[in-house]
Amino acid sequence: MNPEALVLAAAAIPLAGAALIAALDRAPNVREGVTLACAGLLFAAVAALAPHVLAGARPAVELLEMFPGLPLVLRVEPLGMLFALVASALWIVNSLYSIGYMRANREAHQTRFYVCFAGALAATIAIAFAGNLITLFLAYEALTLVTYPLVTHHGDEAAKRGGRVYLGYLLATSIVFLLVAIIVTWYATGTIEFVRGGILGDRLGNAATGALLALYVFGIGKAALMPFHRWLPAAMVAPTPVSALLHAVAVVKAGVFAVVKVVVYVFGVDAMAGLGSVDWLPTVAGFTIVAASVVALRADNLKRRLAYSTVSQLSYVVLAAALLTPLSVIGAALHIAAHAFGKITLFFAAGAIYTAAHKTEVSELDGIGRRMPWTMAAFAIGALSMIGLPPTAGFVSKWFILSGAMSAEHWVAVAVIVASTLLNAGYFLPIVWRAFFRPCAAGAAHGEAPAPMVAALLATAALTVAMFFYADLPLALARQLNGG
Amino acid sequence: MIGEHLPALQVVVPLVAAPLIVLARRGAAAWLIATIASFVSLAIALALFVEVREAGVVSYALGSWAPPWGIEYRIDAANSVVLVLVALLASFVAPYAWRSAAFEVPEDQHYLCYAMFCLCLAGLLGIAITGDAFNLFVFLEISSLSSYVLIALGRDRRALLSAYQYLIVGTIGATFYVIGVGLLYLETGTLNIADLAARVAEVGTERPVLAALAFITVGLSLKLALFPLHFWLPNAYAYAPSIVSAFLAGTATKVSIYALLRFYFSVFGAHELFEVLPMGAILLALSVAAMMLASLGAVFQDNLKHMLAYSSVGQIGYITFGISLANQPALTGSVVHLVNHGVTKTALFLLAGAVAFRVRSVRFERLGGLARAMPLTCAGIVAGGFSLIGVPGTAGFVSKWYFVLGALEAGSWSMAFLPVVSSLIALWYMWRFVEVAYFRAPGPALAGVKEAPPALLVPSLALIAVTVFFGLDAPLTVGAAAQAAQVLLGGIR
Amino acid sequence: MSPFPGHYSYAVTIFLMIAGLYIVIARGNLIKKLVGLAIFQTSVYLLYIAPGKLIGGTAPIVDARYAVYSNPLPHVLILTAIVVGIATLALGLALVVRIREAYGSIEEDEILEQDRASASEEHGRAA
Repeated sequence: MNPEALVLAAAAIPLAGAALIAALDRAPNVREGVTLACAGLLFAAVAALAPHVLAGARPAVELLEMFPGLPLVLRVEPLGMLFALVASALWIVNSLYSIGYMRANREAHQTRFYVCFAGALAATIAIAFAGNLITLFLAYEALTLVTYPLVTHHGDEAAKRGGRVYLGYLLATSIVFLLVAIIVTWYATGTIEFVRGGILGDRLGNAATGALLALYVFGIGKAALMPFHRWLPAAMVAPTPVSALLHAVAVVKAGVFAVVKVVVYVFGVDAMAGLGSVDWLPTVAGFTIVAASVVALRADNLKRRLAYSTVSQLSYVVLAAALLTPLSVIGAALHIAAHAFGKITLFFAAGAIYTAAHKTEVSELDGIGRRMPWTMAAFAIGALSMIGLPPTAGFVSKWFILSGAMSAEHWVAVAVIVASTLLNAGYFLPIVWRAFFRPCAAGAAHGEAPAPMVAALLATAALTVAMFFYADLPLALARQLNGG
Repeated sequence: MIGEHLPALQVVVPLVAAPLIVLARRGAAAWLIATIASFVSLAIALALFVEVREAGVVSYALGSWAPPWGIEYRIDAANSVVLVLVALLASFVAPYAWRSAAFEVPEDQHYLCYAMFCLCLAGLLGIAITGDAFNLFVFLEISSLSSYVLIALGRDRRALLSAYQYLIVGTIGATFYVIGVGLLYLETGTLNIADLAARVAEVGTERPVLAALAFITVGLSLKLALFPLHFWLPNAYAYAPSIVSAFLAGTATKVSIYALLRFYFSVFGAHELFEVLPMGAILLALSVAAMMLASLGAVFQDNLKHMLAYSSVGQIGYITFGISLANQPALTGSVVHLVNHGVTKTALFLLAGAVAFRVRSVRFERLGGLARAMPLTCAGIVAGGFSLIGVPGTAGFVSKWYFVLGALEAGSWSMAFLPVVSSLIALWYMWRFVEVAYFRAPGPALAGVKEAPPALLVPSLALIAVTVFFGLDAPLTVGAAAQAAQVLLGGIR
Repeated sequence: MSPFPGHYSYAVTIFLMIAGLYIVIARGNLIKKLVGLAIFQTSVYLLYIAPGKLIGGTAPIVDARYAVYSNPLPHVLILTAIVVGIATLALGLALVVRIREAYGSIEEDEILEQDRASASEEHGRAA
């Protein structure tokens, strides 16, 4: 297949999957088979694109013409390629996990769940491959709306409240800030294509460019930059597979991915480096990293702790992009992948613990490592990756971010990274210690979670380690961002 | 042969259909005539639309009395859009009326209902097509009188009082308008709009001209429900039969907005509007108030139709917001929102009618868990709600894009935030419906409630599909709107 | 501007206009409101017709003997407006009849009171 057809296929497979799954409401086995098949096909299509992109091709497909002279375009570039690879690979693992989780917990509305999941993946792929801002915005909003039924899956009062926060934050920021930012860009430049080196130049002047950047980074609420981070903990009312793929990978990564993309392709790294009015961004990102870590330290609910850890880790990506050095931009791209593998492992483990032991609080996890050794071993690997220790993926990306911060001589950023590493260790290692070295609570008779779930979390843990040893592919894609 | 008389037929077809319906009397025949008249009107409107795109302006001298002495029908880029909108919505409402009116209107009044519908259609099309200021008044009254009757057909006795109040307000509005036209006539000696434009320019800013401007503004603002002159609208729309609320919500206010646009930009000019009188600033303030306060009002309604009605007032605020900025993108936004909101709101009222058809109430407290009983209807309402919010991929997004662009063109970043903040309020009120329909357990009011019949569902969902289509593939609507804006701004001096 | 007496027809027009509007707003009786509305509309008829009349003017007959015509157009317009006005009034009165059948009253405040009562009753029933 030629690359253009692959791009279209990648966008169409999950959509077709969603339709098919909806039609198979009465045949759960076939339905889940279709989910897995779609995930596999999607990954195959995305993976087949990778060699083309590595070779320097930028396949593009023009869809509808939305406004006169403003079409919806899909165009694959290295960063989007990387994001799509990560998301589609993890969808396979996550589908496996979902099947185990949803059946074991006897969740209702499973068809709706799989349909929305496939829809969310379609939106994610569209975000990854968006060729201009309007396509990105359309897919970004679609992702918010299609994940709303997933977040409120349980349909109870808590889900409704969580859903309100989720939707309120994400739609409000995107409509009020992001949309205006996009229109300002269109008005000022007459284009909203993603162009290497940026499209903005110095058209707006120093102060207005800084203001526009603020509209973008706060408008992309999915990046969970403080003070617009509250939706992410609120989204934890969702079933765990949702938290895992969407709120560790697809949705949040869509946010930071969009931030990096805007910095690299709209503002332009070099153009921004000359402006004094964008200096506040590393500070805000740094504050978010530290503050969210502190909150995570105090959270007893496991998923809440993971959520705040996500908030903190996302800001690594924003910080890295905001440092505006070639090394840190590579670090930003790598961290999108590295954090995805690590965090999905952690969420899978949390879901496995809930399914097998019905425990949600950190303080209840004494000795659980002895009953669920595989799960907790995978959890430990994920935790190491969050902290940034070898032999995990987190080490690679953190290395580049730290090198970038040092080469930029941005000592605040260096201090933030060091401090947060300590904080990460402070809230993850006690869980591991508690699980393996504290005595078991009496009367707890359970083993591992169902096999598909354990297989899934071991797979992602393996990926986390693999990315440490085989970082070539992501690194090659990330390097292309800097025009290599 | 017929081709050259299309402008006259545009009005004559529905006008003649009305007495035919009264002669036919039988419900089925009446419905058939009304539906055919709507479809024929749509065909004529589309033919005229195409003709105008090629020829620029189509002028038709009624009874061969040459303008400016005789009455001229004059179709250009601006009103051809309005004609298509009105006829299009009528063509969706008429098929829907088959089941809906049978349910909501007493059987012996069916033929009268359809006759009034045709008269109203004729009046609205007439307002849009005529090039004569006094003729416009006559059509305004034809459409208004028939809509008073239509509203009074509602089953609830409050429909009677709403119709009466609308009659009082509407008559005052129309009379204000005709006073304004009278003053212009006294000053210039002509009633032809194109001719008026030239002569008002010669007269300049004499006091009668300014007084005329004020009278026409107030009169038409009453008709188009500009905040705070909107008080008649919510009850009128809420208690009218479903087909009537749907049809009027999409067309009546929109046609009045067109009339305002015509007078502002074609007859008066930038000088009178924005230099001598601060019309821009006044209109801006009122539009912002509508966008914010009326939308907020929608949040606190306990009834779906009331909520939609208040939302209409808010959305009209968007349109007048664009008018007040008076630049190319903002005015494009206004015209395109005229269409987009007309289509969206009619679709939503049709769906609300489907709810009323099954549940026999549109009060939120009875609608808990509705999505389980009527999934397609609720999905349609949510999709229409997305358009009110302005989610990308729906028609509402397209208009919002141009309003923000227009605010930037006017040189103001802060004004660019007004439309988007208002859309958050829309999110708020639409989400109240979502939470009622999807999160509450079904109450006793929903016992035995099924999905709406296809006769209601198909036209409403088709119109929702149009909303989505206009959102994804906008060059057609935006192109027409941009042309209209150009024509209107071209008249401004 | 010529002195005021030359424009006395305007004074009458404006008086009727204001008086009519005042009645519409100030009266709660639905019939009286319609009476006000009719007066308000009548003022417009005067506004149009009075300026069309020239003292000594005749009907517009093309003949050498007549040089000064009154303008016929306002008469035509106002004939239409009168028809519209009658239709409005008739419809308004018909509505009042129906309102009286439904509510047993033609006083606006009493009707609104009944509406409020039935609305709260409806609310109470559902709650």
